[in-house]
Amino acid sequence: MRIQPRIDGAKFGELIYLHRMRSTDSQPFTIAQHPMTMPSARGPASQAVVDSLLGTTPVDDLAAVVGNAVSASDDIVYDDDLQLALFCLYELHYGGIRDVDDALEWNPELIAARALIEAPFEAALRERIPTPTLDETSADAVSAFLFELTNEDAGPSLSRFVARKATGEQLREFLVQRSIYTLKEADPHSWAIPRLSGRAKAAMVEIQSDEYGGGRPHRMHSTIFAKTMSRAGLDTRYGAYVDVVPAITLASLNMMSMFGLHRRLRGSIAGHLAAFEMTSSIPNKFYGDGFRRNGYDSDATWYFDEHVEADAVHEQIAGRDLAGGLAEAYPHLLDDILFGAAACLAVDGWAGQHILDAWTEERSSLVAPLTPLTPPRVDA
Amino acid sequence: MSDSDDEVSIVAYPNGPFLVRGKVSFTTPDGEEISADRRTVALCRCGKSVRKPFCDGTHKMIGFRTEPEPRPED
Repeated sequence: MRIQPRIDGAKFGELIYLHRMRSTDSQPFTIAQHPMTMPSARGPASQAVVDSLLGTTPVDDLAAVVGNAVSASDDIVYDDDLQLALFCLYELHYGGIRDVDDALEWNPELIAARALIEAPFEAALRERIPTPTLDETSADAVSAFLFELTNEDAGPSLSRFVARKATGEQLREFLVQRSIYTLKEADPHSWAIPRLSGRAKAAMVEIQSDEYGGGRPHRMHSTIFAKTMSRAGLDTRYGAYVDVVPAITLASLNMMSMFGLHRRLRGSIAGHLAAFEMTSSIPNKFYGDGFRRNGYDSDATWYFDEHVEADAVHEQIAGRDLAGGLAEAYPHLLDDILFGAAACLAVDGWAGQHILDAWTEERSSLVAPLTPLTPPRVDA
Repeated sequence: MSDSDDEVSIVAYPNGPFLVRGKVSFTTPDGEEISADRRTVALCRCGKSVRKPFCDGTHKMIGFRTEPEPRPED
């Protein structure tokens, strides 16, 4: 593997790292990582955020515009304008947005606007998702409870639909929906690492190390996913499809970012990861089947196959050592751990239901349809 | 979580797989290597994984128990 930093284009200081590597069939695979393109606004709040980030309107108007949008919103969880505004504000803490000054990450007015959306978003989630109750805080009891909770989760059977019925175009849509999180897979949970200690921290790092390829960049889960996208003829640049995903897809990632970025919610991000891992290995087996049924080869299904085995490991560590270990050491975090787990199941369930409803009515789950399939390519 | 240690550890998770950490190789009876591809691996304990010797989560679908069910009089 060769990492070659170079200046690309006119913007000073923007580095594009080209990762060249060998895939399992010896075809070179390249991904370029750089700040995402600014999304298109979906209403007054996201327009004000975009304008503020690009420096085209004064930042001090922002709070009023965002506050008004929050007051006028029927349902913040499904609000395209507010979820996109929040997504853009969070992206400053991840890979950044093209033509936005990096220093704006900690701009007080932008942080204040973020808080204006976060507070009602968190309140809406807490109101709609009942926190399960458990009166024990041993790692044993918490782990057993989480496995029970996640096993009970019937959820929409999106994975079974993908396995048995999804068309080639629906599979591409599925990858587009997933790309918003998966091209930065594991990143929202990594915020928790310095906020944890002891057994829970070691567990989190053990899981994240595997997510990030165990020291081998070509095995990073986000990279393996980009390879699948590339095989489906999709753009592998982060954020390329933000403009076409619905609010609920943005809400799913925004919730993770909120849990991860607030130390107060460290229990919730731990619980979220536990529930996420516990509901991953079996669905991924079905997803892999769906792609195989549509003629994708083992290189393209590597991402799903990898998760069958990886998450069978991770769910044990996340349930017992991360979530259980955290509850045992800090019993007052138990409720937030359980809320985070329940919130993962609920919100990912809503996002999956959105896709399933669209597909069963034979329409696209996206805001705008994808361009017709270009011939599958190996190079991104 | 003992990867830097030389010793191998095997943790038996209740109603789940064995997690193996440390330097260990997996082979067929003929000595052919079975690639594990990760530092910590989960070995199938319920017998129903389709990726044996590794766990694929199937134990959850079949209600596999490692702990004896409590007897009615307990």
